[in-house]
Amino acid sequence: MTLKLGIPSKGRLQARTIEWFAARGVQLERSGSEREYAGAVRGVPGVELVLLSAGEVPRELAAGRIHLGVTGLDLVSEKLTQDDVLTLSPLGFGHANLIVAVPDFWVDVQTMHDLDAVAADFRAAHGHRLRVATKYHNLTRAYFQRHGVADYQLVDNQGATEGTVKNQTAEAIADITSSGETLRANHLRVLDDEPILRSEATLFAACHAPWAAPAVRDGHTRLVDQLGLEAAVLKPWT
Amino acid sequence: MFERAYLVGARAGAGLAQVEAEVARLMAGFTAAGAMRVDPAALLPAEALLDLYGEDIRARAFVTHDGTGEMMLRPDFTVPVVQRHMAQGAEPARYAYAGPVWRQQRAGRAWAQEYLQCGFELFDGADPGAADAEVFSLICDAVQGQGLRVVVGDLGLLMAAIAGLTTSPTRRAALRRHLWRPARFQVLLERFSQPPGGADRAPKTPQSKVLGKRTPAEVAARLAHLAEDAHTPALEAREVAMIHDLLALQAPAPVALEHLRGMAQAWPALAPGVARLSQRLAALEARGIDVADLPFDGAYGRGSMEYYDGFVFGFTAPGRADLPIIASGGRYDALTQVLGGKAGGVPAVGGIIRPEALLALRADA
Repeated sequence: MTLKLGIPSKGRLQARTIEWFAARGVQLERSGSEREYAGAVRGVPGVELVLLSAGEVPRELAAGRIHLGVTGLDLVSEKLTQDDVLTLSPLGFGHANLIVAVPDFWVDVQTMHDLDAVAADFRAAHGHRLRVATKYHNLTRAYFQRHGVADYQLVDNQGATEGTVKNQTAEAIADITSSGETLRANHLRVLDDEPILRSEATLFAACHAPWAAPAVRDGHTRLVDQLGLEAAVLKPWT
Repeated sequence: MFERAYLVGARAGAGLAQVEAEVARLMAGFTAAGAMRVDPAALLPAEALLDLYGEDIRARAFVTHDGTGEMMLRPDFTVPVVQRHMAQGAEPARYAYAGPVWRQQRAGRAWAQEYLQCGFELFDGADPGAADAEVFSLICDAVQGQGLRVVVGDLGLLMAAIAGLTTSPTRRAALRRHLWRPARFQVLLERFSQPPGGADRAPKTPQSKVLGKRTPAEVAARLAHLAEDAHTPALEAREVAMIHDLLALQAPAPVALEHLRGMAQAWPALAPGVARLSQRLAALEARGIDVADLPFDGAYGRGSMEYYDGFVFGFTAPGRADLPIIASGGRYDALTQVLGGKAGGVPAVGGIIRPEALLALRADA
């Protein structure tokens, strides 16, 4: 039994993760062929590298099949509960906000308060609830509930969310954005309220993973020492 | 797999027989009162529920798909029973039902996700006070002897107060719309209590590309409305104070009634609501309910998913935080209006009992 560390299997998030660990003297390397989704951790004995798609990391953390994992706070907040994972450290990259955006020409809408009033009028005029396209159902629903918005409905969207308003499958969106460029290109504008969530790439520890084995504990201690993290400061993520 | 809400060993043998006997006892009481038994499907099209309760129901109910659309495991019986009633021509009727309902519970909550409900719904507008009293006394009789704490309220009074506010129809509509969201309701009360001009925004001309289903005309209409609203005088402090007074009112029903009569002297908008409360208390008394000690709570029934808009009541087990509310009910005329669409609504009042929770109390007594 070794400590399993899950990281994204490709893309910019993987590259930045490898850089972050390397800067702290931990070399993450893919083992064998390019196709094999396993790797090695040089510099810290007893730690195994598991390569996963970023979206799979939360699920593997929740199931306890990996002990530690790197993924966005947004995915963890959406999919897991406080009982599933603890935050080991934010990694300082992959910053993005989960926001609510409306068509820019809605000059009467700046806040969630406006959106609530518009939702009532919209429902009366169009005979259905104002639709908000998102893949972050739980976070968005809780946010709308906190703001006391009624007469809206979430519609599921797993990609190209910014296009849904133009395609008339939604009136507003709740999506992740970093620069806001795609939103502007699609004639959408972020509301003035605090975002639903400020997200960044984060190293999480899985509460349901098998931590009891001495080899796992040793691997964990060596890794957090090398990374310069306090093993004791496991924090809930909200 | 064989766990049952609030009871041990109640899905087999003697335990199961006990649950079945309790359900039969409750249903016998309802049918003796003239109710027809109905047994709606457990799997319901989500559309009507979503239309009625909004997005929040997706967090409360179990949602699935059948290939053509979204389905929900029935989170309550009220909606299917009302739909059936309206489809049948909406003549005065009484219905009784029993069966499981399913609700998602927040993580860490010990409350059951699947539990039984036995309920009674009464559709008859001839004498609302008498109908309220009939439902309440039926439920009261069925749960008596368990040392339950009862509370009654009347959201019709709050509706009357909102309708009587000296302000614009839009502001009244906004408050009425958020009657069941106490936090949002309070935010709106405070917002509408600001002097005019504070929230003024210079109307802008849309510069950006028009897209989506909401039209520029709708944007312009709301801008015009915002400009008008910016000149709407603040709510009268006297009336806001009376709404708070109403929401804070907790007293035995006759004392509450006297207090409300006093309020209605100062604010006649409340008078019809107070008259209905008075008629209801008389009807309860006629059915042998001791109203002298019946606790009244002016805020009771807000924050519930049920969209009650008149008489409300609930029975809880003191000292049993592990058990949910044992029985509850109320009047929901407005809900039938939403479900009835153009056909309009019907006066409706009903209540449910949770037989498993009731048995759990009796077992521990």
